[in-house]
Amino acid sequence: MRLFPSLLDNDRGGRIFMGLLGVVCVLVPIFNLAVPETSPFHMSTYTVTLLGKYLTFALLALSVDLIWGYCGILSLGHGAFFALGGYAMGMHLMRQIGERGVYGHPVLPDFMVFLNWEKLPWYWYGFDQFWFAMLMVMLVPGLLALVFGWLAFRSRVTGVYLSIITQALTFALMLAFFRNEMGFGGNNGLTDFKDILGFNLQSDGTRIGIFLASAIALTLAYLACRYIVDSKMGRVVKAVRDAEDRTRFLGYRVEQYKLWLFVFSAVLAGIAGALYVPQVGIINPGEFSPINSIELVIWVAVGGRGTLYGAIAGALLVNYGKTYFTAAMPEVWLFALGLLFVLVTRFLPAGIVGLLRRRGAEAAT
Amino acid sequence: MKTLEKMRAAMRRERSLRRMAPDIVYDPDLDTSHGPILYLENITVSFDGFKALNDLNLYIDDGELRCIIGPNGAGKTTMMDVITGKTRPDAGTVFFGQTIDLLRLNEPEIAAEGIGRKFQKPTVFEQQTVHENLELAMHADKRVWPTLRARLTGEQRDRIGEVLDIIGLTAQCQSRAGLLSHGQKQWLEIGMLLMQNPRLLLVDEPVAGMTGHETERTAELLNSLAGQHSVVVVEHDMEFVRSIARTVTVLHEGSVLAEGDMNEVQNDPKVIEVYLGE
Ligand SMILES: Nc1ncnc2c1ncn2[C@@H]1O[C@H](COP(=O)(O)OP(=O)(O)OP(=O)(O)O)[C@@H](O)[C@H]1O
Ligand SMILES: [Mg+2]
Repeated sequence: MRLFPSLLDNDRGGRIFMGLLGVVCVLVPIFNLAVPETSPFHMSTYTVTLLGKYLTFALLALSVDLIWGYCGILSLGHGAFFALGGYAMGMHLMRQIGERGVYGHPVLPDFMVFLNWEKLPWYWYGFDQFWFAMLMVMLVPGLLALVFGWLAFRSRVTGVYLSIITQALTFALMLAFFRNEMGFGGNNGLTDFKDILGFNLQSDGTRIGIFLASAIALTLAYLACRYIVDSKMGRVVKAVRDAEDRTRFLGYRVEQYKLWLFVFSAVLAGIAGALYVPQVGIINPGEFSPINSIELVIWVAVGGRGTLYGAIAGALLVNYGKTYFTAAMPEVWLFALGLLFVLVTRFLPAGIVGLLRRRGAEAAT
Repeated sequence: MKTLEKMRAAMRRERSLRRMAPDIVYDPDLDTSHGPILYLENITVSFDGFKALNDLNLYIDDGELRCIIGPNGAGKTTMMDVITGKTRPDAGTVFFGQTIDLLRLNEPEIAAEGIGRKFQKPTVFEQQTVHENLELAMHADKRVWPTLRARLTGEQRDRIGEVLDIIGLTAQCQSRAGLLSHGQKQWLEIGMLLMQNPRLLLVDEPVAGMTGHETERTAELLNSLAGQHSVVVVEHDMEFVRSIARTVTVLHEGSVLAEGDMNEVQNDPKVIEVYLGE
């Protein structure tokens, strides 16, 4: 594969990250499946799932870094695309339950039977097919981003205003998905999934499979993002970030560049959501909550924006911290996160990656 | 096949000889049959009631080099803003050639028609290298997908090399543009204009911050561009204007006060009163 090395030739951070991810992908299945449970080296399936969840967050952070770090579009609504991808996957898993639901209805999910619905709403059609659901995982967030981005960028909404309307977008979707009449399970969301592609979702093997799928998705997305930011399009996008007007006078249709980057980023977020749902076993409107979108921007800021691997590192570190904190002192987490954000923007504008680079440069001289 | 390649090679060689004024590749239908390439008629621009341009009329001939002078606030930069689509006038018409109504186009469309601009305050992409700045400006298909797939061809590399040579930044080609001095940024912006290879160049105060020697070189360069390209230069430096000017237009309070060659303009009593006499 000549493609990989050539893409990562000038990307030391990327090579390190790929290497680590490769090692983890070999070790995790071994420690989970091959090492007996009695051994102290055994890795529990809970941990595997936790790691898999982190990887989907890393993918989400990557999608935000692509638009924020490289194009200066600060989306505070990217959680919405993540949630939509998650719902598309959830709908598929729901339909896979079939007759095994509490009410045993052959077609209708439990919550619809409970609401006395007679037949499946039209927008649930096709989701029994895996390929169709996967298409929707990308298409729904992509189309929403296309329409939203087209309206926003064409009107030259930028900066804080754009951030605010993306927050409004995710908030509006959250309210909509809370409603039972929408047909997405209301505030309970979609849950009680049984299997995926015929494999039991509770089994260790399936969990490992989804973990590996998340790792592969993250790898491919990283390479795609690297390809984009290293291309001439990437340089145009950076030009837009630094001097938008000037770029227009060179003949670039700035709106188009922003739009397609935004759409691509939304599709990545959707894929992340689709991989997240089978691992946590539920998707509900809480995923649309504005605070989620803000949190993920903080991951990117902590890791260091505009480097791609920084976003991944930030997502992994902050989420590790979150898992730790929410277990030890749940009330403190939001304050800790806020404090972290203030400290990073104040003292580490380039994030952890920036700090490491500076250290590296100092060591070299 | 062989002969074809030989011809290509010969053509390339010929092009490199004419490097100061490369081929124009824009709209062959641009209709300049009546002489002028740019028509500004009855342009008025107001900012909160203040008229920055007041019923301005200006015609630029195809291939001419025009200098525009005028005291601070005369409306020179605003005029360029109108031509390039940055500012919409309250009244008036702007035509590029006989047929292209610039008021119906946005900034990138106007740039694609072949109008390039150098800003008064040098604006280069500071985070990117000199080489990347030139590449970004290069005349090419600027739609998203072709740009994603674009790779520099040998010919394009050569062209960037030539322009680096002309603007004297070959040694700095891999340094970040933000690290350049003010004068070097001016040159880089001129280089970006050359890469764009526009039909009409609008150059706002090109020699501010340049040394005497650099100023001379700029004059030489602009002179060599005229003919193949039409060039509009706004400048306060009278020495410089004298060295390149054929026709000079004096703007004052948003409209044309006088027009003619340097001597006529300088001896015009109205001009002496508002500008040169100061
Ligand atoms: N966006 C704006 N809003 C309000 N007033 C403006 C704006 N742009 C320009 N003006 C005013 O319009 C007038 C003309 O400005 P302009 O920049 O065109 O002058 P100029 O001839 O380029 O001057 P200089 O030689 O100083 O560059 C000035 O009085 C300026 O203050
Ligand atoms: Mg000016």
